[in-house]
Amino acid sequence: MNYSCSRYELKCNECGKRFGNQPLSACPDCLAPLEVDYDLDAVRGIFTRENIAAGPASIWRYAALLPIPDGFQPDLPVGFTPLIRATNLGKRIGATNLYVKNDAVCFPTLSFKDRVVSVALANAQRFGFDTVGCSSTGNLANSVAAQAARLGIKACILVPSDLEPAKILNTQVYGARLVRIDGNYDHVNRLCSQIADEYTWGFVNVNLRPYYAEGSKTVGYEIAEKLGWRLPDNVVVPMAGGSLIRKIRKAFQELIYLGLVEEKHVRFFGAQATGCSPISVAVKQGTDDIQPQKPNTIARSLAIGNPADGPAAAKMIRDSGGWAEDVSDVEVVAGMQELAETEGIFTETAGGVTTAVTARLYADGRISPDELTVACITGNGLKTTDALTGHYEEERAIRPRLADFGAYLRELDGTQEPELAAAGAIHAN
Amino acid sequence: MPIKVLLPTAFTRHTDGRKQFDSAAQNLPGLLADIDQTFPALSTQIKDDDGKLRRFINIYVNDEDIRFLGGEAYAFQDGDEVMLIPSIAGGSL
Repeated sequence: MNYSCSRYELKCNECGKRFGNQPLSACPDCLAPLEVDYDLDAVRGIFTRENIAAGPASIWRYAALLPIPDGFQPDLPVGFTPLIRATNLGKRIGATNLYVKNDAVCFPTLSFKDRVVSVALANAQRFGFDTVGCSSTGNLANSVAAQAARLGIKACILVPSDLEPAKILNTQVYGARLVRIDGNYDHVNRLCSQIADEYTWGFVNVNLRPYYAEGSKTVGYEIAEKLGWRLPDNVVVPMAGGSLIRKIRKAFQELIYLGLVEEKHVRFFGAQATGCSPISVAVKQGTDDIQPQKPNTIARSLAIGNPADGPAAAKMIRDSGGWAEDVSDVEVVAGMQELAETEGIFTETAGGVTTAVTARLYADGRISPDELTVACITGNGLKTTDALTGHYEEERAIRPRLADFGAYLRELDGTQEPELAAAGAIHAN
Repeated sequence: MPIKVLLPTAFTRHTDGRKQFDSAAQNLPGLLADIDQTFPALSTQIKDDDGKLRRFINIYVNDEDIRFLGGEAYAFQDGDEVMLIPSIAGGSL
């Protein structure tokens, strides 16, 4: 179960040993995570602004810097989501140069996980796995189930039993085998590493993890390209396992090295919910020693108490001159509402975390109003509607009469307009 | 008061293929000393140059991360199942 490729191969982050391409996530010698390492000079004449612009409107326009086996024919138009100028949200929170990267509309399952899964499954097929799986807080489950169905691969997906009902249903509908585990994500993840040890399955975030994680780079490529091939001053990224924020930086570094953008020092800001904030706590304490937590937050997609890439993420954030913040569940809901009310984007709880943390960073003066800042929204609010339960009254129905409508509006507005009411009464008859 | 120690496949090249063994260790430092004696090659793999447990290894006692139980101070109970798992485990050579 391995293949050779001249463009990229696995390399140990710690000891530098190389491993070719195989389903392996940790260095057998020093146990550190493996990373896909590219021969960047080999793609110098290929990975160009012109070639990318001529490519498809999906992450596959960046295929030269993704670990995609030779001969793989991309199928689904994943990614290439909107980057919108968030003028209205900016007015509310004191930002004049704020953008939102909107992966709430990522194809096919409405979260940024579609990016990583498509890259992981390309490798799962190349390695010859007939069953794929994952441990998931929901979005990953949805994406693995959908894309495995499309590719005709069997899927076995493990999730914490208390997951949002919409995320459970959004996995089952694709025909995937779903196993609910009586425990939190960290229990599920540990079990998956044991399963990957015993079964010849491709777990996208376990033995396929190095390939999977590379898919996150496409968020960084897209931000730079959609800004007209320039880098922002700041990026605000939600953190669960701590992988996405690092991969966005890796993407920026690659673009600088290959000359697609001018060199720029980008500051990285991490966002967590206070009820599960091991990485933001470490950043605030100035350490990369992550103390695990038992998650207790409505932002379940970020509820990883023992984040695998946490130490590296905490160090990278501090080295960049950035910061990490965490917000309460009340602020998470307010953040969801704020983004919907100002920009028309309905994001899930994780996006509420990012929005609320972004507001906090401006309020605290950690980001200046005019700095070009991108907030990364990673998932769709339709999957976590339960977070809003009780926040909106279920309105009573009114009769289908214009007069009733007018009266009802006045009732809602708390106003009395007798003349209009009288006119309405005449028309009603 | 023996405990049962469970290992992932990645470690078994240093244990003659054994994926579990019993230990009379009282706590985590005791277990590491036991591994030093019984499986010196494994000991080298799971410790860094300073002799400390590598930061990429997580230790679980009966499904619970040992750091929630007091870490090195936790006194093993009779019949405890102790698992050593790399933090980003998965796959084998």
